[in-house]
Order: sequence, then structure tokens, then C-alpha cells
Amino acid sequence: MYMGFPILSVITLTPVTFSLILFLFPEDKKKEIRLTALVAASITFALTIVAYFGYDMETAGYQFVEKYNWVESLGISYYVGVDGISLPMVLLTGMVIFTGVLISWGIDDRPREFFAFLFLLASGVFGVFVALDLFHLFFFYEIAVFPMYLLIAIWGWKVTREYAAMKLTLYLFIGSVLALVGMLAMYFVSGLGTFDMIALQEVQFSMQFQKLWFPFVFFGFAVLAGIFPFHNWSPVGHVAAPTAVSMFHAGVLMKLGAFAALRVGVMLLPDGARFWLPLIVFLALTNVVYGAFVAMKQRDLKYVIGYSSVSHMGLVTLGVATLNPQGITGAGLQMFSHGVMTALFFACVGVVYDRAHTRDIPSLGGFAGKLPWVTVAFIIGGFVSMGMPGFSGFVAELPIMLGLWSAGTVSSEYFIAPYYTWIVMISVVAIAITASYILRVVQQVFFGKMPAEFEGHITHSSGKDKIAIVLLAAVLVLLGVFPGWMAPLISSGAESVMAVIGGI
Amino acid sequence: MGISNYQMSSVISLLPEVGLLVLAGVVLTMDVLLKDDRKHLIAVTTAVGSLLIILAALMYSQPSGDLIWGGMVRDDMLAFVFRLAFIFAGGITAMFSIGSKELAHRGDYYAIMLGAVIGMCFMASAADLIMLYLAIETTGIAGYLLAGYVRTDDRSAEAGLKYFLFGAATSAVMLYGFSLLYGLTGETNLGAIAPILASGTVSVSAICAIVVLILVGVGFKIAIVPFHFWAPDVYEGAPSPVTGFISTASKTAGFAVLLRVFIYGLAASEYWLPAMAGLAAVTMTFGNLVALAQTNIKRLLAYSSVAHAGYVLVAFVAYSELGVASAIFYLIAYVVTNLAAFGVVIVFAHTAGTDDIQQYAGMSRRSPYLALAMLVAFLSLAGMPPLAGFFAKFYVFAAAVKADMIWLAFVGVLNAIVGLYYYLVVLKVVYVSPAPDGVGSIDIPATCKIALVVLSLGIILIGTASSPWFNWAMKAAQDLF
Repeated sequence: MYMGFPILSVITLTPVTFSLILFLFPEDKKKEIRLTALVAASITFALTIVAYFGYDMETAGYQFVEKYNWVESLGISYYVGVDGISLPMVLLTGMVIFTGVLISWGIDDRPREFFAFLFLLASGVFGVFVALDLFHLFFFYEIAVFPMYLLIAIWGWKVTREYAAMKLTLYLFIGSVLALVGMLAMYFVSGLGTFDMIALQEVQFSMQFQKLWFPFVFFGFAVLAGIFPFHNWSPVGHVAAPTAVSMFHAGVLMKLGAFAALRVGVMLLPDGARFWLPLIVFLALTNVVYGAFVAMKQRDLKYVIGYSSVSHMGLVTLGVATLNPQGITGAGLQMFSHGVMTALFFACVGVVYDRAHTRDIPSLGGFAGKLPWVTVAFIIGGFVSMGMPGFSGFVAELPIMLGLWSAGTVSSEYFIAPYYTWIVMISVVAIAITASYILRVVQQVFFGKMPAEFEGHITHSSGKDKIAIVLLAAVLVLLGVFPGWMAPLISSGAESVMAVIGGI
Repeated sequence: MGISNYQMSSVISLLPEVGLLVLAGVVLTMDVLLKDDRKHLIAVTTAVGSLLIILAALMYSQPSGDLIWGGMVRDDMLAFVFRLAFIFAGGITAMFSIGSKELAHRGDYYAIMLGAVIGMCFMASAADLIMLYLAIETTGIAGYLLAGYVRTDDRSAEAGLKYFLFGAATSAVMLYGFSLLYGLTGETNLGAIAPILASGTVSVSAICAIVVLILVGVGFKIAIVPFHFWAPDVYEGAPSPVTGFISTASKTAGFAVLLRVFIYGLAASEYWLPAMAGLAAVTMTFGNLVALAQTNIKRLLAYSSVAHAGYVLVAFVAYSELGVASAIFYLIAYVVTNLAAFGVVIVFAHTAGTDDIQQYAGMSRRSPYLALAMLVAFLSLAGMPPLAGFFAKFYVFAAAVKADMIWLAFVGVLNAIVGLYYYLVVLKVVYVSPAPDGVGSIDIPATCKIALVVLSLGIILIGTASSPWFNWAMKAAQDLF
């Protein structure tokens, strides 16, 4: 509740309510449908801003809490609240849905269904980020995943959409149902008869139980965060998805996986997390390095961004795996920063593709002349991605590196501790690789001479595209120059996570 | 819970069955009196009558938990919930029958269907082997007639005959099981049989033989592997409204018998529960894997319904109050969802004249709302939130984990993925593939439209507001333990 107003419920349910309202329109009223969608997205975004700045930093902890019985006999409740980790994610989702609707203005094939499914997806995402009940979390997690199938299969890139949509759906659902069995095991073994996560946090599950079930829960969700070797659905999905869905997918959905893996896996089974830490660190590092190298090799613009997402999400997982406050703060910042950045990248790529009808990097060129706004925005995104100081990427990656470094200095019974310094060095090298492929893309796509085939029919970007792009780029710079409006918040969230899991 | 004879309350508790009988009489009379162009009123009467019976039952026939009519019938919550579900399915089926040219105007068809519903009601409430067998046969014979109702269509005739041959054979085997049970215990009442079996005077091998024999009959009704062979052919050949009815109401009635006989009458035994767990796993896996290869929507739904029977069996072998409650909840959700799925199939065939999945291409452009109903129904079958099927599967897997049958829960959840795959493939055809040239919009008869709206809302409500339904199921489950 925020001043007596159930703000989190309203945020969660506004998009899905509008997706029902959209179906009341006859399908040929496309203009009205788009406007209604924009209204819905604006309301949602405005509410997330209100919630973000209404959060009381002094008291910290879970705020705007609402709790209602859902299925009382099983201890299932509708239970929502946000802390310093989840609130920035809520803001991010609001931003992506708003910009996503702007970017999707040109969709002409069944826009009613498109926006309806997109909003259903958005409600699912909000529901997961605000969930304080395991069932609630899982319920919305599934809602967040299945509309992706329809969105990609119907409106995606014709060449790979059916394959990509099905691959994505199967990967994510296999992950989530394995996690489900783990969550049910926690529910019954705890003996509390409740799915309340805050109550379950207090339970000391036996070491044996944690060792057994942690991988199911953690990796089940981490599939959605694109963890190696279960990352393959992600770039394929990005490439096939329509622009707004790519923005959602990379910008928000992958964070959903990381968030759920942290919230359910690490926070409810901390001993399991410590036991499996070496494997997680190894896989996350593989993400970072492998993702960067593969991105370097791609010719398709969307594949470059897709693999760079795999690489950057590895940094998020590494941050979580430090199990110290700096690292987790960095992971939280990286989730937000990377979310905005990939949304921006995909928005830019979408604008370019809509005009050039190709994403093949070598056959593009010289777009800076026609699309100056997009060019600048893409370069800003590039700087974020390389971790340049003054941009949000630096603000996010620095604490992760610091966290890793300090994790390497504490003496611990876990044999992996001394190797953290090496991990820092390897990840820094991977960030340097990022610079190489991002600069190559900027140079080949936006500068140089425009190929003759594009001359004359490349139009300027629309006003709506510009609003979306400027908003996303501005946030990246703002966070880079002045991190004070977010870093302390996430830091407070990280402290409360640490209070639950203890150190390494 | 004593045995009370011939009181007013015993009559009132049979109000639904009496109402159905009266309704069947009304329907037959209308068939004689009405002119041909007004015979669609018969379907409407059947549906409205079913609704009134449900309302009357809710108001006046709340279960007492007693054995009534000389111990023939147990008037408990379990029976009550299932009976309402059957009457609901009957009413909805009548509304969908308007969409079938062969059935729409035939009064005797609706009367036979109501007869089947009466039989199912007694299957759910029978507490005595004799009554149970009568109920099963009433349902069965009505079902054979319905499946073969369209005499001019060879496939329908074949379906009727096949259904009859399988049904008669399995029911004979089951009857042998019943007779063994009577011979060894000297009782026909399930409530009296249970303590005798528990006392250990009957040998384990005899009990196992009885279990196997009865399972043949029940397994046929619920179409689990290896008693499912009839299902795809009968489902495909029978008129679609009948298929919808058999795959939902008749299957659920079979499960009512399974729960009643095996939990109330035979009580659990460490000997046959693991075997049933194996059957559940095989049924789910087989149904889903074979469904992958289907090109006819009715055959696809047939195999998927085999798989769904497997999920319910998972809840059954969890053998706890939670397990039975989740089985009942699953069946309620399944009845509503699968009826919606068949409703879409009926409406589509009404215009397009085909059940071939490829012909569904572009349906979302031909009729966005029919496509939406199909989306809701199929995603619920696949177990997606916020729909009924999600909660149903969640409860079932929860019951399995609680019973410490983790392996079965894993088999179940992975099967759910396979299921998701083929349901999505159908939805892909509906939403993604372009419509063939020269096809127009799809005409949805008014009664079918109402029925689809009711079912779609039902699917969403049983899902999001799942608590009251689950509490009902929980109460029903407590009657068995």
C-alpha cells in the first residue's frame, strides 16, 4: 500500500486489464487500439515512477506490502511488496513497456492481439518482481513466458520465428517446471504450510536437502537469465522477435530469470548456493567470455546484441555469486543498466531494420546521415556496454569487480575463494572484447558510405521512435553521471539479501 | 451415517436424477409435438432444464453424507460435486449439438444423452456393487447409442460398434471382479466390504486379482493405457458433441467410480499403488507422445485426454486428502476446458466441414473470437496460468511431491512440456498460418456462442478464483477418508 493506495496491485493488473479492454475494440479500429495501448503503457509507466520515488529509503525493507488469501487451505496468498532489488526492476519494466508501445506503432498485422499479448506479458513480469509468495511468483512467471511464444511466432521474423518461438518456450518451461518441483519440495519439507517467502527464508533446510534441490531451483530459473549452457534459446529468440518483444525479452525477461534465481534459489537455499558456487561462477564466467567471443563473430546485427546480452547477463550472475554486498549491488545495477541498454539497442536496430530490411552488418553503412538520433543513441548504448566511465555500465560493473576482488581476499573454507582475482581479470578482458565488436558495429552500420541500394528511400526516424530512444539513452547517461538516485537503493536491497544468506 | 429408508430427504437428495428423468420425458414429448422448423427448441430446453436442475440441487439437495435407499446410494459431497459436473456437461453438450446438422433436431438424441447423465450421476453416488454396475451399464449403453447415432455415417456406426464391443467386454471382466469381491466378502456394499478386507481375512492374491479385474472396467471408462485403444477411433468417428461428452463427462464418471471403489471400498494397499503409479506414468507419456503425431484435431484431443487421465491418476496414487481433492479439482477443470475445446471443434466443423488440423490455418483471421476461445481452452489444457488447467496441474504435482513421489512429479511436469508443445503447434496453425484462399468468416450458432463464453469465463474463474472450487474438492475428498 502506498498512502492507502494498492499501487503494486494496480501496476501489476493495469496491463492485463487493458489487454482485455483491447479485445472490446473491433479489429479494424487500429488507430484507437494503438492509442489505448499507449494510454495503458503511460499509466503503467507513471505508476512505476510514483512507486519508485515513493519508496522510503530510510526504513528500507519490503514496502507497499499487500497480502490477501488466495487458496487458504494450501497457504497460497496474493502477497506483494518491493525492496531495493526489485523496485528498480519494476521501474525498468514500466520504462520498457512504455517505449515498447511507442516502437511498435508501425505494427499493422492484428495490432489488437499484439498489444493484448504484450500487456499480458508485462503483467506477468510485474507480478514476478513484486512477488513475496512462491506460488504467486511462479504463477506470474509462467504468465510472463507463454505470451512470448505467440508474440514471436505471429509477429516475428518470418525466416526463423516458428523455430525460435518453440525453442524459447520449451527451454523456459522445462526450466520453470523443474524449479516448480523444487519449490514444492521446499513447501512440504518446511512444514509451515505456507508459500510465504519471507517465512520460508527463516527455515533452516538441511544441508542435504539444499544440496539436492538448489540446482533444480537455481538453474531452472537461470535458464531465463541465459546461463551457459542453456543460453542458446536467447540469441535465436532475439533475432526472431519483433522489436518490442526483443526489447522486453532482453531488457526485462532475462532479468526475471536472474531475479527469480536469486530470490528463490540463493535466498531460500543459501547453503545450497555456497555448495554449488564454484559451478555457478564457472558457468557465469563462461557466459561472459564465450558470449563476447561469439558476438564478435556475428554478421547479423541482432545476433551481436543477443550474444552480448548473454555475455552481460554472465556479469549479473557473477555479481550474485560473490555473495557479498558490493557484488550483489553491482548485479542489481547491472540488471537495470543492461535492461535499459539492450532495450535501447534493440529499439535502434528495429529502426534501422524497418528501413533497410536487412540486419546483415557488412551490407549496411552510412546510416548516421539519415538517422542521427539513432546513431547517437546506439553509441551511448555502446559506451554503456563497454563500461565507459560516465555511463551506467561503469557504475554497474565496477561494484561487481570490486565484489569479486574482495570475495577473493576473505579467507573461506570454499576452495574457490582464492581464484576470484583471476576471475576479475578474465572478465575485464571480456569487457575489452565487447569494445571491439561494438565499435565495429558502430563503424560499419552508421559510418562509412551508404550502399547505393539504400540511397533515396531511407526515411528519418519517427517522433515516437525518438521519444523512446531519447528516454532510454537519457536514463543510461543519468545513471552514469549521477548514480545517487539508484545505487543507494539497490545497496539497501543488497544488504537485506545479505542478512538472509550470510556471507560466502 | 446410518442407513435411512424412504424418507422425504432421500427423495430430495435424488432431485437431480428425478429432474433429469422428467426433462428427458419433456424432450421426447417436444420431439413429437414440435414442427421441424422449431425443433432447435429441444436443445434449448435441455440446456435450460439442466441449468434449473443444477440450481435446484444447489438450493435443496445439499448432501447429508448418509447412505440412503437401503445403502444403494451414498449422498455425500463427492457424489454431489460430480453429479453437478455431469449435468453441466450435459447442458453444454446440448447447446453445442445445435452446431451439428445430424443431431440438432433429434429429440431422441437429447433424451438418450440425459439418460447417460442419469447413469453417470448414479455412478458417482452408488455405494453398492449392484447399483454401481447398473449405473455403469446405463451410462455405457446410452454412450454406445450416442457414438453410433448418425447411422448414415460409416465412421459413426463404426465408432458405436467399437465402443460397444470394448465396453461390453471390459464391463464383463469388471463384473467378474465384482462377483469375486462379493464371493469373498459376502457383502455388496462398499462400506461393508472395506472393513472385511482390512481385517486380513481375504488373501492378498485374491485382492490383487479383484483390483486387476475391476481396473479393466474402470480403465476402459477413463481411457488409461492399456485400456485406451478404443478412444481415438471412437472419438474421431462419433459426432463431435458426443465425443466432447464422452471425453469429459464419461471419463469423469469413470474416475468417480475409481475413487469410490478403490479408496472407499478397497482401501490402499502397498501392492497395487506402485503399479498404479507406473500406469500413471505410462499413460501420461504414451498419450502425450502419440498426440504429437496427430493430424486430426479429434484424434489429437483423444490422445491428449488419455494423457490427462494420467495426470489424474498421479493425484490418485498420491493417495491422500490433498491427492483426491486435486484429482477432483483436475476433473472439474478438465470438464470445463475440454468441453470448450470440443466446442471450438464443433463450431469450426459446422462451417468448414473438417477436423483436419491443417484446415484450421488462419482461423484467427476468420473469427478472432473463436480463435481466442481456442487459445484459452488449449492453454488451459496445456496448464498455463491464469487458467483452470494451471491450478489443476499445480495441485496434482503438489500432491505427488507431498506423497514423496518425486519421480512421478518429474515425469508429470516433463509431460506437461510435451503437452504444451502440441497444443502450441495447433495454436500456431490457428494464429500464424495464412488462411487458404476463398474461405470466409466462421458462423457461430447463438447457443454455441453462449456456451463458449460461459466455458471461457469458467476456465478463467476456476483458475484465478480457485479457492472456492478447491475447497469444494477438499470437502468431497474428506468424504472418502
